[in-house]
Amino acid sequence: MTLRTLTSVKLGAVLAAALTVTAAPATAAECIAPSNPGGGWDFTCRTIGRVLSELGLVQGNVQVTNMAGGVGAVAFAMVANDRPGDEDLIVATSTVGVTQMAQGRYPAPLETMRYLAMLGADVGVIAVDNDSPIQTLAELTAAMVADPSALVTGGSSGAGGWDHIRLLMVAQDAGIEDLGAIRWVQFDGGTDAVTQMMGGQISVVSTDLGEIAGFVESGDIRVLAALSDDPIPAFPDIPTAISLGVDVTGYNWRGLYTGGQVSDEAYAAWVERLETLYNSTNWQEAATSAGLVPIWRGGAEFEAFVREQAAVMEEISRDIGIIQ
Amino acid sequence: MEVFSLIGNGFLIALTPLNIGLLLLGCFVGTLLGALPGLGPVNGVAVLIPLTFAFGFDPTSSLILLCAVYFGCMYGGRISSILLNIPGDEPAIMTTLDGYPMAVQGQAANALAISGVASFVGATIAVIGLSLFAPVLARAAIHFGPADYFALYILAFATIGGIAGVDPRKTLLSAAIGLMMATVGIDPISGVPRYTMDSFHLYDGIQPIIALVGLFAISEILLLLEKTAKDRPKAIKVDRWLPQWSAIWPTRWAMLRGSGIGFVAGVLPGAGASLGSFMAYVFEKQKSNKNGTFGKGDPRGVAAPEAGNNSAAGGALIPMLSLGVPGSGTTAVLLAMLISLNVQPGPLLFERQPDLVWGLVASLYLANIALLVLNLPMIGIFTRLMMTPTWALMPVVAAITFVGVYGISNSIFDLKLMVFFGVLGYILRKLDISLVPLVLGLLLGGDMERNLRRAMSISGGDWGILIASPISITLYALTIGFLALSVWLAVRDHKQTKAERLTEG
Repeated sequence: MTLRTLTSVKLGAVLAAALTVTAAPATAAECIAPSNPGGGWDFTCRTIGRVLSELGLVQGNVQVTNMAGGVGAVAFAMVANDRPGDEDLIVATSTVGVTQMAQGRYPAPLETMRYLAMLGADVGVIAVDNDSPIQTLAELTAAMVADPSALVTGGSSGAGGWDHIRLLMVAQDAGIEDLGAIRWVQFDGGTDAVTQMMGGQISVVSTDLGEIAGFVESGDIRVLAALSDDPIPAFPDIPTAISLGVDVTGYNWRGLYTGGQVSDEAYAAWVERLETLYNSTNWQEAATSAGLVPIWRGGAEFEAFVREQAAVMEEISRDIGIIQ
Repeated sequence: MEVFSLIGNGFLIALTPLNIGLLLLGCFVGTLLGALPGLGPVNGVAVLIPLTFAFGFDPTSSLILLCAVYFGCMYGGRISSILLNIPGDEPAIMTTLDGYPMAVQGQAANALAISGVASFVGATIAVIGLSLFAPVLARAAIHFGPADYFALYILAFATIGGIAGVDPRKTLLSAAIGLMMATVGIDPISGVPRYTMDSFHLYDGIQPIIALVGLFAISEILLLLEKTAKDRPKAIKVDRWLPQWSAIWPTRWAMLRGSGIGFVAGVLPGAGASLGSFMAYVFEKQKSNKNGTFGKGDPRGVAAPEAGNNSAAGGALIPMLSLGVPGSGTTAVLLAMLISLNVQPGPLLFERQPDLVWGLVASLYLANIALLVLNLPMIGIFTRLMMTPTWALMPVVAAITFVGVYGISNSIFDLKLMVFFGVLGYILRKLDISLVPLVLGLLLGGDMERNLRRAMSISGGDWGILIASPISITLYALTIGFLALSVWLAVRDHKQTKAERLTEG
């Protein structure tokens, strides 16, 4: 057993070292990014943290902690169990996190947390290849109504993920009943999906514009509709679905939540701080340069928005048999 | 030609002070890791990955450092093969066959010089091939659909099965363990958690980096615990360090043939440098062993496998960069690192991040020159460092791995997982089961499964899609050809040893 004792001694040493690090008193705000460094949630925490301290809205620097696991479930569980009342703690989330909650993949329901604000969003788009015979969103929905399984569609999420659900919301608006018949292919990212569409493997891509903007600029693909309230500043020629008479928005928003037992005063203070941050040029520039559209919903309005979005997702997930 | 201006730009990136510094460091560390028996390219790169995260290098610099280590290991592996008769790493096994006999006959300096030059020739030919072919393959890759990628993964697994000297059943077992582990986590297509044992930590699956560091670095430490400090190998003394041109020149054709064969073996996904050096040696022996000098210190038997393994190492970068499918165990580790840094290798990498690709290519040209200098005139340093007692080395390795892995994710769970993989790697190595198929299984398994299921989603469940494109049919034909070749080689070897036994008896 020398072997085992030796490794556990080593492990113990590292554990001890790690504990002393995390046990340091939290004097300033902390932002948990429930992913490894580099992802969207990590960007949310690091950028918001940087701008918060630049504007002097928090004391010192915001400590960013990466806590990956379970598409946000590990961080969610930790906050619910250990730090539900920690008023210095904010956690990054997004539409992806809400999709997980709506489908019951987090250890506790949505209401466990208090939702602070969304500060920016990637806009969902529906795109076809430049050589595709389909020219408009109306032609696409007409083709799908005629035969839901005729076109192969794809995007960066799995079946029941946000890219898939946004497309189905458009299909549902067009009057398609049998949503499950639409063929959906998952790819590891919007870029992959577009590459496969250019290679002729699939016909339609539904994903975030930010990831595939390069292809729109180069003219390799044609965006039929943007799922936003207003036209996208960088691409004013792309029609919104709403302007085409399809009442669907599909933002992949970036926002924050805090623990469920945080006091009303602390909650309101965070919302106010974040609104100041949102209105600063620092944030507007940082968000735009990362391909996000700055968009604000905060406080009670944001709480209601999150619940409504989760309800829509739950309904569609049920319709296509992702959840029972 | 477009390639020249791209490489020109690459040199501007490669020649920044940071990158040139990392390059030289990588070459030095790589040669040393290669020379030290036990630590090979996969372990070496796996140990250094956490460090690149800790220093926060950008993807280009990280890749330059690690590729320099990779190439350096390929050069360095021969030193202990020749002087100790212990291969410094797996691909250097073939070099012991003629390298050690040469050293015993007092030809150590020449053996080192020939193999050093052969390494340079092989690696340089491979980098030229990389510059020319990788962009072409990347352009063609846009036509690769899910079914074609699936066929490519099948080919990858067929080629690892073909590595000789390894019991094919053990290879199969190792690959199967890797494939099984690849299924852990949330299935990205349906969103269903699989084999997560209700632990959220496993929802994201097993991070290949964690598994790799555990399998290669931790198991190495565990293996060392068994050895006593007295087990120090005796090295053959080398009388002089300057190479003799007259000894090197006659092996030129062996070097070129070895480079060509190694390059093809490297480009094939999955196979890698061990296969490259094996095939190069077997071919050279077949062609040149007129007087039965192979295995008794024939210089061509040193030149061919060394050119072969270096060339294969460069060739293996081609499918890794242009298709996102690694050509060897080490490139599999590099791929995992790139993905962790949010760089997705594949057809678009060349368009989207030309700086990364061409900066790397330019660095590899420079690395070869640096390595030639390190491995010919300055080789004395490494023969001395090679004798560093492992008890002094391993604690450093242990410290780097634990701190580094914790630095990636701040997760205690990941440390436990890494130790688990270390113990698993130790057990498998004690059972003589190669870890490379396991790594490929773990790394490729998920993509292989997803591409199969994507193909099925596209066709609406019709299996015919798998053999519906010319690309997939070509890949399956290559797979069958490759399997036939390895069976033929195995049978022939078997007959030959029988015949030898009869003549001797």
